[in-house]
Amino acid sequence: MEEKYNEDVILETVNATRVYPGVTALKSVNYKVFRNKVNVLIGENGAGKSTMMRLLAGVEQPSSGDVLMNGKKVHFNSTLDAEAHGIAIIFQELNLFPNMSVMDNIFIAHEHFKKGSIDNKEQYKIAKELLTDLGLNIDPYTQLSDLGVGHRQMVEIARAMSKNAKVLIMDEPTSALSQQEVQTLFKVIRKLKSDGVTIIYISHRLEELMEIGDCISIFRDGCFIDAKERKDASIPWIIEQMVGSKKKQFDYSKAEYGDVVLEVKDLCALRQTGGYLLNHVSFNLRQGEVIGIYGLLGAGRTELFNAITGNLEYQNGSVLLNGKAIDHLRYQLRLQEGIAFVPEDRAKEGVISLMSIKDNMMLSYYCLIPFIKALKPCSVKEEKEKVSAAIEKLSIKVGGVHLPITSLSGGNQQKVVLGKELMINPKVILLDEPTRGIDVGAKADVYRQIGMMAKQGLAVVFSSSELDEVMALSDRVMVMASGKIAADFTREEADKEKIIRASTPV
Amino acid sequence: MNSKYTISMYLLKARTFIALLAVILFFSFMVSNYFTVSNLLIMTQHVAITGLIAIGMTLVILTAGIDLSVGSVVGLGGMIAGLLITKGLPVGDSIVFFNIIEVILIVMVFGGLVGLLNGIIITKFMVAPFICTLGMLYVGRGSALLVNNGSTFPNLTGFEALGNTGFAFLGSGTVLGIYLPIWIMVIVTIIAVYITTKTPLGRYIYAIGCNENGARLAGVPVIKTKLFVYIFSGVCSAIVGLILASQLLTSHPMTGNMFEMDAIGATALGGTSLAGGRGKVLGSIIGAFVIVFLADGMVMMGVSNFWQMVIKGIVIIAAVIIDQMQENLQHKVVLMSRTAEANAAAAAAK
Repeated sequence: MEEKYNEDVILETVNATRVYPGVTALKSVNYKVFRNKVNVLIGENGAGKSTMMRLLAGVEQPSSGDVLMNGKKVHFNSTLDAEAHGIAIIFQELNLFPNMSVMDNIFIAHEHFKKGSIDNKEQYKIAKELLTDLGLNIDPYTQLSDLGVGHRQMVEIARAMSKNAKVLIMDEPTSALSQQEVQTLFKVIRKLKSDGVTIIYISHRLEELMEIGDCISIFRDGCFIDAKERKDASIPWIIEQMVGSKKKQFDYSKAEYGDVVLEVKDLCALRQTGGYLLNHVSFNLRQGEVIGIYGLLGAGRTELFNAITGNLEYQNGSVLLNGKAIDHLRYQLRLQEGIAFVPEDRAKEGVISLMSIKDNMMLSYYCLIPFIKALKPCSVKEEKEKVSAAIEKLSIKVGGVHLPITSLSGGNQQKVVLGKELMINPKVILLDEPTRGIDVGAKADVYRQIGMMAKQGLAVVFSSSELDEVMALSDRVMVMASGKIAADFTREEADKEKIIRASTPV
Repeated sequence: MNSKYTISMYLLKARTFIALLAVILFFSFMVSNYFTVSNLLIMTQHVAITGLIAIGMTLVILTAGIDLSVGSVVGLGGMIAGLLITKGLPVGDSIVFFNIIEVILIVMVFGGLVGLLNGIIITKFMVAPFICTLGMLYVGRGSALLVNNGSTFPNLTGFEALGNTGFAFLGSGTVLGIYLPIWIMVIVTIIAVYITTKTPLGRYIYAIGCNENGARLAGVPVIKTKLFVYIFSGVCSAIVGLILASQLLTSHPMTGNMFEMDAIGATALGGTSLAGGRGKVLGSIIGAFVIVFLADGMVMMGVSNFWQMVIKGIVIIAAVIIDQMQENLQHKVVLMSRTAEANAAAAAAK
């Protein structure tokens, strides 16, 4: 498929693949960025959008495949390389230094000099202009930590603009902005466009994309799915492409409900920078029930799990296990009471990367014993029995249980984490994005396991950014947005469009 | 395609042992009576001093901590032993003397208490291990000097009448022809190897060092485990303090000065990552052998003290560079096989 060089394409990737230990984030992607347009990217969490941006901005290099700029092959070893080609990026997680002034943040690593030292006068002037352009009336000498999240985002944009970028990548720039700030940002984007800048824009807010985007591209499961011009695209089409039309491989059957195991009453947790992490959250969970929580990044799903497990302090409300309040217990004791937790970030929190498969799997089990008994030797026989039983039950593909956990694929690693939690015979299990970044086969195994756990009388809460997953697995679908439970549907009521609309923050 | 890395991988993994063989070989040629049974025994007795501290240090470093106070605990432990043997413990109006076994136990408990204090400051008050134990280094050394106003306790032979003779046996006695300190090192090594490889506590130690938050989320008792390793390290140092005081039958307040450096060096040489979670107790023992055999060899060769320090430093740095090379190679091999898998999957999909 030899295609001739297209004048309109400023940046493209050819068969770009990016592999991490345990996960393939991008699979042979051909993606085109059109010159002087607002190129919009959309997809569920983990679809590979952010990885794609990191390749284009030189933060990471493709494992195989190429990046082309103006039809010529380029190789970015660092963000500085990419900047030399006129590509700047605004990261999803703010990459700023709260201990420094706004001005120093804007000019970091590309300071203006005069006679060998930093030219503060010049920097002040430029910074002031940039900030005024962005509609901000801030003194450039203000310490960054004195600003709110919205203003910090603007400072990040000012930094990218100060580099005179030809291509500006914005990874979810509006997730922390108010409606008014979003409009200011759009004004800025339109102005940049009229100055000839190409914009790549990632967001989850559909209405926003339809307002600002020129060309809409959709990613799913590390693949590029489709692209359309805005005038040809519609919100139902986007949702359809994002989620995929295929039903997930899973036989749902409702388990018998038992008593209420977990009660969450009016939980409130405040954010240090103001506002709510959790905003009056209440729900009940029965034995054998599966609740799926859908929500965007930052909607408060992880915070809810952390509050229930005792990782996050809450200022108001209560968590009850079998009718008894457990608010005074810290994490480890709640675990021993039977609240198991599979954290979202498998690499950072789920697995102990330097330990073997077996040791990872037995870790939580050994944490139930009193500390003094931790000096007694581990029973090799008991370990072998328990581990091989779990491996069979979860159909984990392992070469040998003594191999390091990192030798497994992401999906199998996740199953080990799941097995680790099931070792303690929990009453409630909380799974934060249990299928993030794992392949289709492993996902099906995780689904099957969720169904089995419910049948055995376990109460399950899981969160997911994949809509069809939530709809296929859950007895009840709860939608979270801005720290609130925005909607609570029964399985019958749940409907794609209703859920996505409820999840969009206002 | 990974096979071409297999040999280099094995060589890199066995690097400390190869280094030890190289040291022994080199000095055997250079110094006439280096490779004799009596000299090897004497040098191994020196190894016991560094090795015992290195074992405690290894457990601490495996949890991603560090214990700089070990050398001071050596000095303070010896001083307390000297005080108890020659002056006894004043209780009210009378003075109580303990027999040697009791003295040894008291000093060991004392070392454990210093470790406990370190552990409490680090876990409960969230002070970085480096800073906390650095402070304790000064406190310990100062206290050692205060015990007898900066003077030594000479002549720790004890008094027949008080029933506290026989202290010399701990440092200079032999069992089956081998010095007692060597046996002590062997026993403590076995205990530490047992803990790190066979018990749940060992899993906790490695898990915390690799990923403290992940370990906590798995339910690992992080605080208790950390308290344990600092206590263990304190006890090891106290034992060394006793051995050194016993060997000279004198306790000197400056004994153990800079011992923490040799212990950390031996641990790093043995392949334990200072970032935690990776390493072995046995590796640190071999590391201690390398450092001590090298130092003693240089002394016997007549290398100047100044050059000795330079060479020791170079060896430690080189060891860690090689360690990093092994890490990178391992990472590379894993990623290569992952990329191959992904490409194969993509090809199969087409």
